[in-house]
Amino acid sequence: MSLSTHNLSVGYHDTAIVKQVDLTIPEGKIIALLGPNGCGKSTLLKAMARILSPMDGQVHWQGQNLHGIASKKLAQQLALLPQTQPIPEGIKVKDLVAYGRSPYTGFWGRISKEDHDIITQVMQETGITELAEQLVSELSGGQRQRVWLAMTLAQDTPYLLLDEPTTYMDLSHQVELMHLLRKLNLQGKTIITVLHDINQAARYCDHLIVMKKGKIVTQGSPDSVLTQRLLKEVFSLSAQIHQDPIAKTPMCVVE
Amino acid sequence: MATRSLPFLILAMIGLLIANLMFGAVSIPFKQILAGLQTGNEHYFTIHEYRLPRTILAMLVGAMMALAGALVQGVIRNPLASPDVLGVSHGAGLAAVFYMTFFPNADISWLPAVALVGSLVAALMLWWLCGSHSSTIKLAITGVALAALYASCIDFLMLVKPLEINNALLWLTGSLWGRGWNQLAMLLPWLLLIPFALWLAKPLNLIHLGDDSAISLGIKANKLRLASLAIAVGLTASCVAICGPIGFLGLVAPHLTRKLVGGRHQILLPATMLVGAILLLLADLVARTIDPPIELPAGIMTAIIGAPYFLWLLLRTK
Repeated sequence: MSLSTHNLSVGYHDTAIVKQVDLTIPEGKIIALLGPNGCGKSTLLKAMARILSPMDGQVHWQGQNLHGIASKKLAQQLALLPQTQPIPEGIKVKDLVAYGRSPYTGFWGRISKEDHDIITQVMQETGITELAEQLVSELSGGQRQRVWLAMTLAQDTPYLLLDEPTTYMDLSHQVELMHLLRKLNLQGKTIITVLHDINQAARYCDHLIVMKKGKIVTQGSPDSVLTQRLLKEVFSLSAQIHQDPIAKTPMCVVE
Repeated sequence: MATRSLPFLILAMIGLLIANLMFGAVSIPFKQILAGLQTGNEHYFTIHEYRLPRTILAMLVGAMMALAGALVQGVIRNPLASPDVLGVSHGAGLAAVFYMTFFPNADISWLPAVALVGSLVAALMLWWLCGSHSSTIKLAITGVALAALYASCIDFLMLVKPLEINNALLWLTGSLWGRGWNQLAMLLPWLLLIPFALWLAKPLNLIHLGDDSAISLGIKANKLRLASLAIAVGLTASCVAICGPIGFLGLVAPHLTRKLVGGRHQILLPATMLVGAILLLLADLVARTIDPPIELPAGIMTAIIGAPYFLWLLLRTK
Protein backbone atom coordinates (compact mmCIF):
# COMPACT_ATOMS: atom_id res chain seq x y z
CA MET A 1 0.00 0.00 0.00
CA SER A 2 2.96 2.32 0.48
CA LEU A 3 3.72 3.20 -3.12
CA SER A 4 0.99 3.25 -5.74
CA THR A 5 0.01 4.99 -8.95
CA HIS A 6 -3.53 6.03 -9.83
CA ASN A 7 -4.50 6.55 -13.46
CA LEU A 8 -0.95 7.85 -13.95
CA SER A 9 0.08 9.41 -17.26
CA VAL A 10 3.57 10.83 -17.48
CA GLY A 11 6.13 11.64 -20.16
CA TYR A 12 8.21 14.38 -21.73
CA HIS A 13 7.23 17.57 -23.58
CA ASP A 14 3.46 16.90 -23.60
CA THR A 15 3.90 13.38 -24.97
CA ALA A 16 2.70 10.73 -22.56
CA ILE A 17 4.98 7.71 -22.42
CA VAL A 18 3.29 6.01 -19.48
CA LYS A 19 -0.46 5.94 -20.08
CA GLN A 20 -3.12 5.68 -17.37
CA VAL A 21 -1.28 3.19 -15.22
CA ASP A 22 -2.79 1.87 -11.99
CA LEU A 23 -0.17 0.03 -9.97
CA THR A 24 0.36 -0.93 -6.34
CA ILE A 25 3.89 -1.91 -5.47
CA PRO A 26 3.88 -5.06 -3.31
CA GLU A 27 5.75 -4.16 -0.14
CA GLY A 28 8.85 -6.02 1.01
CA LYS A 29 9.63 -7.61 -2.34
CA ILE A 30 12.18 -7.28 -5.11
CA ILE A 31 10.26 -6.06 -8.11
CA ALA A 32 11.58 -5.98 -11.67
CA LEU A 33 10.22 -3.64 -14.33
CA LEU A 34 10.61 -5.35 -17.70
CA GLY A 35 9.78 -4.45 -21.26
CA PRO A 36 11.27 -3.49 -24.62
CA ASN A 37 13.08 -0.16 -25.16
CA GLY A 38 10.74 2.82 -25.01
CA CYS A 39 7.97 0.92 -23.21
CA GLY A 40 7.99 3.46 -20.37
CA LYS A 41 9.59 1.43 -17.58
CA SER A 42 12.23 4.06 -16.78
CA THR A 43 9.63 6.82 -17.06
CA LEU A 44 7.35 5.01 -14.62
CA LEU A 45 10.27 4.57 -12.21
CA LYS A 46 11.12 8.27 -12.44
CA ALA A 47 7.52 9.22 -11.78
CA MET A 48 7.51 7.02 -8.68
CA ALA A 49 10.72 8.76 -7.57
CA ARG A 50 9.00 12.18 -8.13
CA ILE A 51 11.64 13.15 -10.72
CA LEU A 52 8.85 13.62 -13.28
CA SER A 53 5.54 15.26 -12.47
CA PRO A 54 2.41 13.44 -13.65
CA MET A 55 0.52 14.86 -16.63
CA ASP A 56 -2.55 13.18 -15.31
CA GLY A 57 -3.31 10.99 -12.31
CA GLN A 58 -1.19 10.69 -9.19
CA VAL A 59 1.54 8.78 -7.40
CA HIS A 60 0.76 8.08 -3.76
CA TRP A 61 3.13 7.42 -0.90
CA GLN A 62 1.24 6.02 2.10
CA GLY A 63 -1.99 7.44 0.77
CA GLN A 64 -0.59 10.93 0.22
CA ASN A 65 0.18 12.63 -3.08
CA LEU A 66 3.93 12.26 -3.62
CA HIS A 67 4.35 15.87 -4.71
CA GLY A 68 2.66 17.16 -1.55
CA ILE A 69 5.23 15.60 0.80
CA ALA A 70 8.20 17.63 2.10
CA SER A 71 11.11 16.75 -0.17
CA LYS A 72 13.62 16.11 2.61
CA LYS A 73 11.18 13.82 4.44
CA LEU A 74 10.46 11.88 1.25
CA ALA A 75 14.20 11.56 0.60
CA GLN A 76 14.36 9.52 3.82
CA GLN A 77 11.79 7.09 2.35
CA LEU A 78 12.64 6.71 -1.36
CA ALA A 79 16.07 6.62 -3.00
CA LEU A 80 16.70 6.51 -6.74
CA LEU A 81 19.77 5.31 -8.61
CA PRO A 82 19.45 6.97 -12.04
CA GLN A 83 20.39 5.17 -15.23
CA THR A 84 23.15 7.60 -16.16
CA GLN A 85 25.09 9.90 -13.91
CA PRO A 86 27.31 12.87 -14.69
CA ILE A 87 30.97 12.47 -13.71
CA PRO A 88 31.54 14.96 -10.91
CA GLU A 89 34.87 16.78 -10.99
CA GLY A 90 37.12 16.92 -7.95
CA ILE A 91 34.94 14.68 -5.75
CA LYS A 92 36.43 11.79 -3.79
CA VAL A 93 34.59 8.46 -3.51
CA LYS A 94 34.04 8.86 0.25
CA ASP A 95 32.62 12.37 -0.29
CA LEU A 96 30.17 11.16 -2.93
CA VAL A 97 28.96 8.33 -0.69
CA ALA A 98 28.62 10.85 2.16
CA TYR A 99 26.31 12.97 -0.04
CA GLY A 100 23.82 10.13 0.38
CA ARG A 101 23.38 11.24 4.00
CA SER A 102 22.13 14.69 2.90
CA PRO A 103 18.46 14.09 3.86
CA TYR A 104 19.65 13.66 7.46
CA THR A 105 22.31 16.38 7.80
CA GLY A 106 21.94 20.08 8.62
CA PHE A 107 22.37 23.02 6.26
CA TRP A 108 26.19 22.79 6.14
CA GLY A 109 26.12 19.01 5.52
CA ARG A 110 28.15 18.07 8.59
CA ILE A 111 28.49 14.27 9.03
CA SER A 112 27.67 12.77 12.45
CA LYS A 113 29.15 9.62 14.02
CA GLU A 114 26.05 7.65 13.01
CA ASP A 115 26.26 8.96 9.43
CA HIS A 116 29.91 7.92 9.35
CA ASP A 117 29.09 4.37 10.48
CA ILE A 118 26.45 3.99 7.77
CA ILE A 119 28.87 5.31 5.12
CA THR A 120 31.54 2.81 6.20
CA GLN A 121 29.03 -0.01 6.13
CA VAL A 122 27.60 0.67 2.66
CA MET A 123 31.11 1.06 1.26
CA GLN A 124 31.95 -2.41 2.60
CA GLU A 125 28.72 -3.89 1.23
CA THR A 126 29.41 -2.53 -2.25
CA GLY A 127 33.10 -3.44 -2.13
CA ILE A 128 34.49 0.06 -2.61
CA THR A 129 36.23 0.58 0.75
CA GLU A 130 39.66 0.61 -0.86
CA LEU A 131 38.56 3.25 -3.37
CA ALA A 132 37.63 5.76 -0.62
CA GLU A 133 40.38 8.32 -1.30
CA GLN A 134 40.21 8.14 -5.11
CA LEU A 135 38.52 10.71 -7.31
CA VAL A 136 35.22 9.50 -8.79
CA SER A 137 36.30 10.87 -12.18
CA GLU A 138 39.27 8.47 -12.25
CA LEU A 139 37.25 5.26 -11.78
CA SER A 140 36.14 2.73 -14.38
CA GLY A 141 32.48 2.60 -15.41
CA GLY A 142 31.75 -0.46 -13.27
CA GLN A 143 33.51 0.98 -10.21
CA ARG A 144 31.64 4.23 -10.61
CA GLN A 145 28.33 2.39 -10.79
CA ARG A 146 29.10 0.72 -7.46
CA VAL A 147 30.06 4.06 -5.89
CA TRP A 148 26.74 5.58 -6.96
CA LEU A 149 24.92 2.54 -5.64
CA ALA A 150 26.72 3.02 -2.30
CA MET A 151 25.60 6.66 -2.28
CA THR A 152 22.01 5.57 -2.86
CA LEU A 153 22.27 2.95 -0.10
CA ALA A 154 23.71 5.54 2.29
CA GLN A 155 20.36 7.30 1.97
CA ASP A 156 19.11 4.43 4.13
CA THR A 157 15.55 4.34 2.79
CA PRO A 158 12.96 1.54 3.09
CA TYR A 159 12.36 1.83 -0.69
CA LEU A 160 15.09 1.58 -3.33
CA LEU A 161 14.42 2.48 -6.97
CA LEU A 162 17.14 1.36 -9.38
CA ASP A 163 17.26 2.16 -13.09
CA GLU A 164 19.28 -0.54 -14.86
CA PRO A 165 21.81 -0.88 -12.03
CA THR A 166 23.83 -3.60 -13.78
CA THR A 167 24.78 -1.42 -16.77
CA TYR A 168 28.58 -1.05 -17.12
CA MET A 169 29.19 -3.91 -14.66
CA ASP A 170 31.03 -7.08 -15.60
CA LEU A 171 29.24 -10.36 -14.98
CA SER A 172 30.74 -11.11 -11.56
CA HIS A 173 29.82 -7.66 -10.26
CA GLN A 174 26.31 -8.08 -11.68
CA VAL A 175 25.90 -11.29 -9.71
CA GLU A 176 27.34 -9.61 -6.61
CA LEU A 177 24.86 -6.77 -7.03
CA MET A 178 21.88 -9.12 -7.32
CA HIS A 179 23.02 -10.98 -4.18
CA LEU A 180 23.39 -7.64 -2.38
CA LEU A 181 19.84 -6.70 -3.42
CA ARG A 182 18.60 -10.01 -1.97
CA LYS A 183 20.43 -9.31 1.27
CA LEU A 184 19.00 -5.79 1.51
CA ASN A 185 15.55 -7.22 0.78
CA LEU A 186 15.92 -9.66 3.68
CA GLN A 187 16.70 -6.65 5.89
CA GLY A 188 13.25 -5.34 4.95
CA LYS A 189 13.85 -3.07 1.96
CA THR A 190 11.43 -2.96 -0.95
CA ILE A 191 13.45 -2.83 -4.18
CA ILE A 192 12.08 -1.77 -7.55
CA THR A 193 14.52 -2.17 -10.40
CA VAL A 194 14.45 -1.74 -14.15
CA LEU A 195 16.26 -4.68 -15.72
CA HIS A 196 17.05 -5.74 -19.28
CA ASP A 197 18.07 -9.31 -18.58
CA ILE A 198 14.87 -11.34 -18.24
CA ASN A 199 16.66 -14.35 -16.78
CA GLN A 200 18.35 -12.22 -14.17
CA ALA A 201 14.96 -10.78 -13.23
CA ALA A 202 13.35 -14.23 -13.07
CA ARG A 203 16.12 -15.59 -10.91
CA TYR A 204 16.52 -12.82 -8.36
CA CYS A 205 13.20 -10.97 -8.25
CA ASP A 206 9.94 -11.93 -6.51
CA HIS A 207 7.59 -9.96 -8.68
CA LEU A 208 7.81 -9.01 -12.35
CA ILE A 209 5.95 -6.12 -13.96
CA VAL A 210 5.96 -6.31 -17.75
CA MET A 211 5.24 -3.17 -19.77
CA LYS A 212 4.59 -2.43 -23.42
CA LYS A 213 3.77 0.92 -25.05
CA GLY A 214 3.19 2.71 -21.75
CA LYS A 215 0.83 0.12 -20.28
CA ILE A 216 1.29 -2.76 -17.89
CA VAL A 217 0.75 -6.00 -19.78
CA THR A 218 0.96 -8.37 -16.86
CA GLN A 219 2.50 -8.75 -13.43
CA GLY A 220 3.10 -11.46 -10.85
CA SER A 221 5.64 -14.09 -9.82
CA PRO A 222 8.23 -15.11 -12.43
CA ASP A 223 6.56 -18.52 -12.79
CA SER A 224 3.18 -17.04 -13.59
CA VAL A 225 4.43 -14.19 -15.79
CA LEU A 226 7.06 -15.73 -18.04
CA THR A 227 5.37 -17.62 -20.85
CA GLN A 228 6.23 -18.29 -24.45
CA ARG A 229 3.23 -16.23 -25.53
CA LEU A 230 4.26 -13.22 -23.45
CA LEU A 231 7.78 -13.17 -24.90
CA LYS A 232 6.28 -13.30 -28.38
CA GLU A 233 3.73 -10.59 -27.63
CA VAL A 234 5.90 -8.14 -25.71
CA PHE A 235 9.43 -8.68 -26.99
CA SER A 236 8.56 -10.19 -30.44
CA LEU A 237 10.84 -13.03 -29.46
CA SER A 238 10.51 -16.71 -30.35
CA ALA A 239 11.76 -18.37 -27.20
CA GLN A 240 11.21 -21.38 -24.99
CA ILE A 241 10.78 -21.38 -21.24
CA HIS A 242 12.90 -23.90 -19.37
CA GLN A 243 13.67 -24.39 -15.72
CA ASP A 244 16.93 -22.98 -14.41
CA PRO A 245 18.79 -26.15 -13.30
CA ILE A 246 20.18 -24.46 -10.18
CA ALA A 247 17.66 -21.88 -8.96
CA LYS A 248 14.61 -23.75 -10.33
CA THR A 249 13.27 -20.44 -11.65
CA PRO A 250 11.94 -20.00 -15.20
CA MET A 251 14.55 -19.25 -17.79
CA CYS A 252 14.01 -18.13 -21.35
CA VAL A 253 16.08 -19.56 -24.16
CA VAL A 254 15.87 -17.84 -27.53
CA GLU A 255 15.09 -20.12 -30.44
CA MET B 1 44.89 18.76 0.61
CA ALA B 2 41.64 20.66 0.37
CA THR B 3 41.61 22.59 3.64
CA ARG B 4 45.40 22.87 3.74
CA SER B 5 45.36 25.23 0.75
CA LEU B 6 43.23 27.81 2.56
CA PRO B 7 45.97 29.27 4.85
CA PHE B 8 48.27 29.67 1.83
CA LEU B 9 45.56 31.47 -0.11
CA ILE B 10 44.89 33.78 2.85
CA LEU B 11 48.61 34.55 3.19
CA ALA B 12 48.90 35.23 -0.54
CA MET B 13 45.96 37.61 -0.38
CA ILE B 14 47.37 39.51 2.61
CA GLY B 15 50.71 39.77 0.83
CA LEU B 16 49.04 41.23 -2.24
CA LEU B 17 46.96 43.65 -0.15
CA ILE B 18 50.19 45.05 1.31
CA ALA B 19 51.90 45.09 -2.10
CA ASN B 20 48.98 47.01 -3.59
CA LEU B 21 49.34 49.66 -0.88
CA MET B 22 53.13 49.88 -1.31
CA PHE B 23 53.60 49.98 -5.06
CA GLY B 24 52.37 52.27 -7.80
CA ALA B 25 53.61 55.39 -9.52
CA VAL B 26 55.35 56.14 -6.21
CA SER B 27 56.67 53.36 -3.98
CA ILE B 28 55.95 53.74 -0.29
CA PRO B 29 58.00 51.70 2.20
CA PHE B 30 56.11 49.12 4.21
CA LYS B 31 56.74 50.92 7.52
CA GLN B 32 55.09 54.12 6.32
CA ILE B 33 51.83 52.52 5.20
CA LEU B 34 50.19 52.67 8.61
CA ALA B 35 51.46 56.21 9.12
CA GLY B 36 49.89 57.11 5.80
CA LEU B 37 46.47 56.45 7.25
CA GLN B 38 46.85 59.46 9.61
CA THR B 39 45.72 62.85 8.38
CA GLY B 40 48.59 65.22 7.80
CA ASN B 41 51.07 62.51 6.84
CA GLU B 42 52.94 63.09 3.58
CA HIS B 43 51.49 59.86 2.10
CA TYR B 44 47.97 60.42 3.45
CA PHE B 45 46.48 61.30 0.10
CA THR B 46 48.14 58.42 -1.79
CA ILE B 47 47.37 55.77 0.81
CA HIS B 48 44.08 56.78 2.38
CA GLU B 49 42.33 58.52 -0.48
CA TYR B 50 43.70 56.57 -3.38
CA ARG B 51 45.30 53.15 -2.81
CA LEU B 52 43.40 51.88 0.24
CA PRO B 53 39.84 52.12 -1.15
CA ARG B 54 41.03 50.87 -4.51
CA THR B 55 42.79 47.88 -2.96
CA ILE B 56 39.76 46.96 -0.85
CA LEU B 57 37.58 47.37 -3.94
CA ALA B 58 39.84 45.06 -5.98
CA MET B 59 39.68 42.45 -3.23
CA LEU B 60 35.88 42.60 -2.92
CA VAL B 61 35.13 42.79 -6.65
CA GLY B 62 37.51 39.89 -7.33
CA ALA B 63 35.91 37.80 -4.61
CA MET B 64 32.34 38.61 -5.67
CA MET B 65 32.90 37.99 -9.38
CA ALA B 66 34.61 34.68 -8.61
CA LEU B 67 31.77 33.68 -6.29
CA ALA B 68 29.23 34.56 -8.99
CA GLY B 69 31.16 32.37 -11.42
CA ALA B 70 31.23 29.46 -8.96
CA LEU B 71 27.46 29.73 -8.42
CA VAL B 72 26.79 29.71 -12.16
CA GLN B 73 29.21 26.84 -12.83
CA GLY B 74 27.65 25.00 -9.92
CA VAL B 75 24.13 24.97 -11.32
CA ILE B 76 24.93 24.93 -15.05
CA ARG B 77 27.31 21.99 -14.42
CA ASN B 78 29.64 23.24 -17.10
CA PRO B 79 33.15 24.53 -16.38
CA LEU B 80 32.84 26.90 -19.34
CA ALA B 81 29.85 28.73 -17.83
CA SER B 82 30.20 32.08 -16.12
CA PRO B 83 28.26 35.36 -15.94
CA ASP B 84 30.11 36.44 -19.11
CA VAL B 85 28.91 33.35 -20.90
CA LEU B 86 25.32 33.89 -19.78
CA GLY B 87 25.33 37.40 -21.24
CA VAL B 88 24.84 39.16 -17.91
CA SER B 89 28.05 41.17 -18.14
CA HIS B 90 27.47 42.14 -21.76
CA GLY B 91 23.89 43.14 -20.97
CA ALA B 92 25.26 45.60 -18.44
CA GLY B 93 27.81 46.86 -20.96
CA LEU B 94 25.21 47.39 -23.68
CA ALA B 95 22.91 49.32 -21.33
CA ALA B 96 25.81 51.60 -20.35
CA VAL B 97 26.92 52.26 -23.93
CA PHE B 98 23.33 52.90 -24.96
CA TYR B 99 22.97 55.42 -22.14
CA MET B 100 26.19 57.24 -23.06
CA THR B 101 25.31 57.34 -26.74
CA PHE B 102 21.79 58.66 -26.53
CA PHE B 103 22.15 60.83 -23.44
CA PRO B 104 25.66 62.26 -24.00
CA ASN B 105 25.07 65.14 -21.59
CA ALA B 106 23.50 63.09 -18.85
CA ASP B 107 25.02 62.65 -15.43
CA ILE B 108 27.81 60.04 -15.55
CA SER B 109 27.09 59.02 -11.96
CA TRP B 110 23.96 57.29 -13.18
CA LEU B 111 26.09 54.82 -15.11
CA PRO B 112 26.21 52.18 -12.33
CA ALA B 113 22.44 52.16 -11.99
CA VAL B 114 22.02 51.82 -15.75
CA ALA B 115 24.49 48.92 -15.86
CA LEU B 116 22.59 47.26 -13.07
CA VAL B 117 19.32 47.50 -14.98
CA GLY B 118 21.07 46.15 -18.10
CA SER B 119 22.38 43.03 -16.37
CA LEU B 120 19.04 42.35 -14.73
CA VAL B 121 17.26 42.69 -18.07
CA ALA B 122 19.83 40.35 -19.64
CA ALA B 123 19.20 37.80 -16.89
CA LEU B 124 15.42 38.08 -17.21
CA MET B 125 15.73 37.80 -20.99
CA LEU B 126 17.64 34.53 -20.53
CA TRP B 127 15.03 33.30 -18.07
CA TRP B 128 12.16 34.32 -20.35
CA LEU B 129 13.68 32.53 -23.36
CA CYS B 130 14.61 29.37 -21.47
CA GLY B 131 11.88 29.08 -18.85
CA SER B 132 12.32 27.64 -15.40
CA HIS B 133 12.37 24.01 -16.54
CA SER B 134 15.00 24.30 -19.23
CA SER B 135 17.99 22.04 -19.57
CA THR B 136 21.35 23.38 -18.54
CA ILE B 137 22.72 23.01 -22.07
CA LYS B 138 19.90 25.17 -23.45
CA LEU B 139 20.58 27.81 -20.81
CA ALA B 140 24.29 27.94 -21.65
CA ILE B 141 23.79 28.04 -25.43
CA THR B 142 21.09 30.72 -25.20
CA GLY B 143 23.37 32.73 -22.91
CA VAL B 144 26.26 32.57 -25.37
CA ALA B 145 23.97 33.64 -28.22
CA LEU B 146 22.58 36.57 -26.21
CA ALA B 147 26.09 37.65 -25.14
CA ALA B 148 27.16 37.68 -28.80
CA LEU B 149 24.05 39.70 -29.68
CA TYR B 150 24.76 42.33 -27.00
CA ALA B 151 28.42 42.49 -28.03
CA SER B 152 27.50 43.12 -31.67
CA CYS B 153 25.01 45.82 -30.58
CA ILE B 154 27.83 47.52 -28.65
CA ASP B 155 30.07 47.34 -31.73
CA PHE B 156 27.29 48.77 -33.89
CA LEU B 157 26.75 51.72 -31.54
CA MET B 158 30.48 52.37 -31.45
CA LEU B 159 30.66 52.45 -35.24
CA VAL B 160 27.63 54.70 -35.63
CA LYS B 161 28.40 57.10 -32.81
CA PRO B 162 32.19 57.09 -32.45
CA LEU B 163 32.45 60.47 -30.71
CA GLU B 164 30.10 59.93 -27.85
CA ILE B 165 31.55 56.54 -27.10
CA ASN B 166 35.02 57.57 -25.94
CA ASN B 167 33.93 57.77 -22.32
CA ALA B 168 32.54 54.29 -22.47
CA LEU B 169 35.67 52.72 -23.85
CA LEU B 170 37.74 52.81 -20.67
CA TRP B 171 34.78 51.64 -18.61
CA LEU B 172 34.10 48.77 -21.01
CA THR B 173 37.52 47.22 -20.57
CA GLY B 174 36.95 46.93 -16.83
CA SER B 175 39.11 49.14 -14.67
CA LEU B 176 39.63 50.14 -11.07
CA TRP B 177 41.10 53.49 -12.11
CA GLY B 178 39.70 56.46 -10.20
CA ARG B 179 37.48 54.31 -7.98
CA GLY B 180 37.44 55.34 -4.34
CA TRP B 181 35.45 55.37 -1.13
CA ASN B 182 32.23 56.40 -2.92
CA GLN B 183 32.24 53.33 -5.13
CA LEU B 184 33.20 51.14 -2.19
CA ALA B 185 30.20 52.43 -0.24
CA MET B 186 27.97 51.58 -3.20
CA LEU B 187 29.28 48.03 -3.24
CA LEU B 188 28.95 47.32 0.49
CA PRO B 189 25.20 46.49 0.65
CA TRP B 190 25.74 43.81 -2.01
CA LEU B 191 28.12 41.96 0.31
CA LEU B 192 24.95 40.73 2.05
CA LEU B 193 24.54 38.30 -0.85
CA ILE B 194 27.64 36.35 0.24
CA PRO B 195 26.08 34.57 3.25
CA PHE B 196 23.13 33.57 1.07
CA ALA B 197 25.54 32.11 -1.47
CA LEU B 198 27.35 30.12 1.22
CA TRP B 199 23.98 28.85 2.46
CA LEU B 200 23.65 27.07 -0.91
CA ALA B 201 26.88 25.05 -0.50
CA LYS B 202 25.19 21.76 0.41
CA PRO B 203 22.48 21.75 -2.29
CA LEU B 204 25.11 22.87 -4.86
CA ASN B 205 27.09 19.72 -4.05
CA LEU B 206 24.03 17.62 -4.80
CA ILE B 207 22.91 19.38 -8.00
CA HIS B 208 26.43 18.53 -9.23
CA LEU B 209 25.27 14.87 -9.25
CA GLY B 210 22.54 15.57 -11.80
CA ASP B 211 18.94 16.68 -11.32
CA ASP B 212 17.61 13.14 -10.83
CA SER B 213 19.94 12.32 -7.95
CA ALA B 214 19.59 15.80 -6.46
CA ILE B 215 15.78 15.56 -6.41
CA SER B 216 15.98 12.05 -5.00
CA LEU B 217 18.19 13.45 -2.20
CA GLY B 218 15.53 16.02 -1.35
CA ILE B 219 16.72 19.07 -3.32
CA LYS B 220 14.30 21.28 -5.26
CA ALA B 221 16.44 21.55 -8.38
CA ASN B 222 14.60 24.36 -10.16
CA LYS B 223 14.31 26.52 -7.04
CA LEU B 224 18.02 26.05 -6.35
CA ARG B 225 18.90 27.07 -9.92
CA LEU B 226 16.75 30.19 -9.67
CA ALA B 227 18.20 31.21 -6.28
CA SER B 228 21.76 30.52 -7.36
CA LEU B 229 21.50 32.41 -10.64
CA ALA B 230 19.68 35.32 -8.97
CA ILE B 231 22.49 35.72 -6.44
CA ALA B 232 25.09 35.42 -9.21
CA VAL B 233 23.32 38.13 -11.24
CA GLY B 234 23.19 40.42 -8.20
CA LEU B 235 26.90 39.92 -7.51
CA THR B 236 27.89 40.40 -11.15
CA ALA B 237 25.65 43.41 -11.69
CA SER B 238 26.97 45.25 -8.65
CA CYS B 239 30.59 44.58 -9.66
CA VAL B 240 30.10 45.46 -13.34
CA ALA B 241 28.26 48.62 -12.32
CA ILE B 242 31.30 49.82 -10.42
CA CYS B 243 34.29 48.49 -12.36
CA GLY B 244 32.90 47.58 -15.76
CA PRO B 245 32.94 44.01 -17.03
CA ILE B 246 36.23 42.50 -15.82
CA GLY B 247 36.39 39.54 -18.15
CA PHE B 248 37.26 35.93 -17.41
CA LEU B 249 37.51 36.35 -13.63
CA GLY B 250 34.21 34.55 -13.00
CA LEU B 251 35.32 31.80 -15.37
CA VAL B 252 38.94 31.24 -14.38
CA ALA B 253 38.83 31.67 -10.59
CA PRO B 254 36.29 28.92 -9.76
CA HIS B 255 37.87 26.53 -12.24
CA LEU B 256 41.35 27.07 -10.85
CA THR B 257 40.02 26.70 -7.32
CA ARG B 258 38.28 23.42 -8.13
CA LYS B 259 41.66 22.04 -9.25
CA LEU B 260 43.18 23.28 -5.99
CA VAL B 261 40.64 22.29 -3.33
CA GLY B 262 38.23 19.87 -5.06
CA GLY B 263 34.53 20.12 -5.75
CA ARG B 264 32.92 20.31 -2.29
CA HIS B 265 31.24 23.70 -2.19
CA GLN B 266 31.71 24.16 1.57
CA ILE B 267 35.40 24.68 0.78
CA LEU B 268 35.12 25.61 -2.89
CA LEU B 269 33.00 28.74 -2.37
CA PRO B 270 35.20 30.44 0.27
CA ALA B 271 38.39 29.37 -1.56
CA THR B 272 37.03 30.74 -4.85
CA MET B 273 36.50 34.13 -3.24
CA LEU B 274 40.12 34.13 -2.04
CA VAL B 275 41.42 33.13 -5.48
CA GLY B 276 39.26 35.78 -7.18
CA ALA B 277 40.53 38.45 -4.79
CA ILE B 278 44.12 37.32 -5.38
CA LEU B 279 43.72 37.39 -9.17
CA LEU B 280 42.19 40.88 -9.31
CA LEU B 281 44.65 42.32 -6.75
CA LEU B 282 47.47 40.89 -8.87
CA ALA B 283 45.95 42.13 -12.11
CA ASP B 284 45.49 45.65 -10.77
CA LEU B 285 48.97 45.70 -9.22
CA VAL B 286 50.58 44.72 -12.52
CA ALA B 287 48.33 47.10 -14.46
CA ARG B 288 49.39 50.02 -12.25
CA THR B 289 53.10 49.26 -12.01
CA ILE B 290 54.00 47.90 -15.44
CA ASP B 291 54.66 51.33 -16.97
CA PRO B 292 54.01 54.14 -14.46
CA PRO B 293 52.52 56.68 -14.48
CA ILE B 294 50.45 55.22 -17.30
CA GLU B 295 47.89 52.69 -16.13
CA LEU B 296 46.38 49.79 -17.98
CA PRO B 297 42.84 48.69 -17.12
CA ALA B 298 42.81 45.62 -14.88
CA GLY B 299 40.29 44.07 -17.27
CA ILE B 300 43.00 43.89 -19.95
CA MET B 301 45.30 42.07 -17.55
CA THR B 302 42.62 39.50 -16.63
CA ALA B 303 41.86 39.04 -20.33
CA ILE B 304 45.55 38.41 -21.12
CA ILE B 305 45.57 35.58 -18.56
CA GLY B 306 41.94 34.55 -18.98
CA ALA B 307 41.57 34.26 -22.75
CA PRO B 308 44.31 31.63 -23.25
CA TYR B 309 43.00 29.78 -20.18
CA PHE B 310 39.51 29.77 -21.69
CA LEU B 311 40.86 28.45 -25.01
CA TRP B 312 42.88 25.77 -23.23
CA LEU B 313 39.78 24.77 -21.31
CA LEU B 314 37.74 24.72 -24.51
CA LEU B 315 40.27 22.54 -26.34
CA ARG B 316 40.50 19.91 -23.62
CA THR B 317 36.71 19.76 -23.11
CA LYS B 318 35.36 16.84 -25.04
